[in-house]
Amino acid sequence: MSKQDAQPGQPVLLVATRKGAWLYHGDTARRSWRVDGPHFLGHIINHLVLDPRDGRTLLAAAKTGHLGPTLFRSTDLGRTWQEAAKPPAFGPAANGLAARAVDHTFWLTPGPAGEPGVWYAGTSPQGLFRSEDGGNSWSPFSCINDDPQYRQWFGTVQDGTPDGPKLHSIIVDPRDPWHLYFAMSGGGVHESTDGGRSFAPLVDGMEVVEGFDPADVSFHDPHCVRLCPGNPDRLYQQNHCGIYRLDRPGRRWERIGRNMPREVGDIGFPLVLHPRNDQTAWVFPMDGSDVWPRISPGGQPAVHVTRDGGASWQRQDAGLPAEQAWWTVKRQAMTADREASVGLYFGTTSGELWQSRDEGRQWECLARHLPEIYAVEVAYPR
Amino acid sequence: MRVLIPSALHSYSGRPWVEASGATVWEVLVDLDRRFPGIRFRMIDEQGGIRRHIRLFYRQAQVFDLAAPVSDDGELLIVQALSGG
Repeated sequence: MSKQDAQPGQPVLLVATRKGAWLYHGDTARRSWRVDGPHFLGHIINHLVLDPRDGRTLLAAAKTGHLGPTLFRSTDLGRTWQEAAKPPAFGPAANGLAARAVDHTFWLTPGPAGEPGVWYAGTSPQGLFRSEDGGNSWSPFSCINDDPQYRQWFGTVQDGTPDGPKLHSIIVDPRDPWHLYFAMSGGGVHESTDGGRSFAPLVDGMEVVEGFDPADVSFHDPHCVRLCPGNPDRLYQQNHCGIYRLDRPGRRWERIGRNMPREVGDIGFPLVLHPRNDQTAWVFPMDGSDVWPRISPGGQPAVHVTRDGGASWQRQDAGLPAEQAWWTVKRQAMTADREASVGLYFGTTSGELWQSRDEGRQWECLARHLPEIYAVEVAYPR
Repeated sequence: MRVLIPSALHSYSGRPWVEASGATVWEVLVDLDRRFPGIRFRMIDEQGGIRRHIRLFYRQAQVFDLAAPVSDDGELLIVQALSGG
């Protein structure tokens, strides 16, 4: 068997890092993992995603420290790669606004099942893009990227994350390809019901940093928004200011993070949902005190799970370091598989890849000494 | 004209020195992209700006204006800045 061969039904972990990408091919029991990589050694890979519609096409969002951004595409599960002919790029100046340039593509979302070839991308600085040819060429959503109101909500570079403001969490309602969501750090959560011709904020109930006005969309900083696979009317969100749940058609987010242990708090980046049960979600809390150290609180990493929609949370740290572990997990670096006993996976800022085969009850380290991990996805090639 | 390609872009050119033609730096870069698709966007952003860590030199002088004229007997040196330690 060649090193890239994958068996149908067996999981593959797609690991994107600050210095390249790796694929970990698992067996059916998820007990042994065969490493394939590095791909793009030295490239900053912000996201690596498999198209679930064909089970073969991979897209990688790449740049390097010195070169501009691009996308690479593989139709043979990483055996060979081709560069996108037209990566995401902003248009010329419009509406009297300053022209912008994409620094990097941050987020990739495959389109709906009924639209093969459609992908969405989010960039830094904030931009929304769409491809209709499997990721080879990309067009900007000018209704967002060049809209004066959205430009105001984007804020400035100073308002974004340390490595640039980002558009992320692009979600397509599995029941309705015209129903879209995205989020921005910073700039709030937004929704479209007309296929992306127009968007509107969806921020009611979300809190902002003390002293700022929550009515100003630009002050909202959602870190990660997920839609329940088992109930597309339910959304969860990990925000700069707490953990939230939204049940549609409602429009007001409820801060379920208030129920987290007080000593841990409800700040963090990733949020992962159960593939079938809309009451179950996992988060990875982070120290967001004073200067925002962005490490595990107290140097004691732990996942927290809710199994009642956020009414209560339980700590899950069996197998994780008990002390002196000063890493955390970024917003794209935690995910779940689809197995009966759901497997959870996260990658750390210190380059470790961790796994649980029993929904977070027990953790074990799957790989060490990788570069800083930016994203982890689990995929099922066909 | 001869164009020196930095190592970070050899995945496009396959070698350090290549040939490209044009009456301005911009035209040379357009020709370069025709020969090696995708290479220009890694150096020049969509608004025509030279990316932060890329430097261009023509006849020993740094190029800031892509409309600057060039001739075939000159050499265009493209380098990645020695930034970042």
